[in-house]
Amino acid sequence: MALNDTDLLSQEGSAENILRFDDIEPILEARDLSVAYSGNTAISNVSLQVPKNSVVSLIGPSGCGKSTLLRCFNRMNDLIPSASVNGSVNFAGQDIYAPEVDPTEIRFRIGMVFQRPNPFPKSIYENVAFGPRINGMTDDLDELVETSLRRAAVWDEVKDRLNESGLSVSGGQQQRICIARALAVNPEIVLMDEPASALDPISTQAIEALIQELSNEVTIIIVTHNMQQATRISNYAAVMMAGEERIGRMIEYGTNEQVFGNPKDERTEAYVTGRIG
Amino acid sequence: MDEQGSIIPTGRQDFDRELGRLEAELILMSGLVEQAIFNALNALKNRDIERSQKVIDEDDHIDRTELEIERSCVELIRREAPMAGDLRRIISALHIAGELERIGDYAEGIAKISITMGEQPPLKELIDIPRMGDMAVNMLKRSLEAFISRDPDHVRTASVELEKDDDEVDDLYAKVQADLMDLVKAAPDNAERATYLMWVAHNVERVADRAMNIVERALYQATGELVSGTTQIETTAE
Repeated sequence: MALNDTDLLSQEGSAENILRFDDIEPILEARDLSVAYSGNTAISNVSLQVPKNSVVSLIGPSGCGKSTLLRCFNRMNDLIPSASVNGSVNFAGQDIYAPEVDPTEIRFRIGMVFQRPNPFPKSIYENVAFGPRINGMTDDLDELVETSLRRAAVWDEVKDRLNESGLSVSGGQQQRICIARALAVNPEIVLMDEPASALDPISTQAIEALIQELSNEVTIIIVTHNMQQATRISNYAAVMMAGEERIGRMIEYGTNEQVFGNPKDERTEAYVTGRIG
Repeated sequence: MDEQGSIIPTGRQDFDRELGRLEAELILMSGLVEQAIFNALNALKNRDIERSQKVIDEDDHIDRTELEIERSCVELIRREAPMAGDLRRIISALHIAGELERIGDYAEGIAKISITMGEQPPLKELIDIPRMGDMAVNMLKRSLEAFISRDPDHVRTASVELEKDDDEVDDLYAKVQADLMDLVKAAPDNAERATYLMWVAHNVERVADRAMNIVERALYQATGELVSGTTQIETTAE
């Protein structure tokens, strides 16, 4: 393959290389999803099915639209005034972009964890209790905070300092508190945008173990640049690619074994082996 | 883009060079074992004990080369965390080095039999066994060529052709066994000398089998298909 052939990098992936689940109802399905910022297309015609309780990694070179795609899944792009979204994202039998859908409600059900830990400048307890409080929940908050922190595998480390600032703990702990905050409203899907890229190896390991544990009960879609991490934690991987015109397209979606072991698209092979990207 | 005009990252270019070096080591090792088989059979035919001993002594070099290749593979896996075709290439190289080492052992085995035979001439004129040896060594060369090509079409074609050759080697082996059994039946005193040649033929037959294993690894590298004999598993199952 001529790796400097930008036409090749711009081509859409073959439909044969995009895994489809014909015998199960995916919890989330993007159909012909395109996003533009101020009229400039950022991602084009992405279709993706995410099975329930799976971990799906979104991978690809910088600027290929992974984070843009991730943000579509809980309408975070709505917060960017210049963004326009076309196509559909079906979640639990409903298009989340339908006019009657409340994006805030969607963001409770599809939570998000960002690259840098972003606890609120409040106590650890209040960080986790924040979502449930907004939802009008007042009873059993102590129990919910504890359960959420336990699910995020950080309870033992912070249980004696719940009233201290969420910013007072280590980066790895802050990130797990943010995960606990997302879990406190019992989301069905958690979106993660490079959640371990700002963390040290030990904290990264803790986050990876947590993702695997959580996937028993929650569906996780994660953007990562770390391909070893993607192979360790995910069941499926979706590969995005953009050519010179910077329009991201999905070129391959399949099992980890396929994408990292024997990719169908030669551009995936070039990316996962470090020849591009 | 770097100074040479390539958009492939420099680290990646270094990795490609290392992979090339790994293959060069395998080709070198293959040459050593081909020579060992050739020398062992010639020494047997010519009753050249000194040459047989040399084959035994030189097996250490083959063993060391295998360890060097294994070390290179482990180092590349550790350092580069290879994916996809790179990972298949390194894993295949690791397996092939093991296959070549075993072929070296077959050569050593033939040389040891030759020394054990001492002054005794072979029970029968050596015609079929050297023919088996030529075919097996030729199969070995072609299996390595297929591996180096990394071309799925080339590997598939080679695989089919080598399978036919392997059948032919098996037929020759069966013929050698039958001929030797006839000689034993005619004169039971021939049993010991017949056994020597039976073992030599067995070792040569195993060389051909190992060449088949190598072409299976070449197929895995080129296509991701994991095959062993008639068994195949789907490596990209959903």
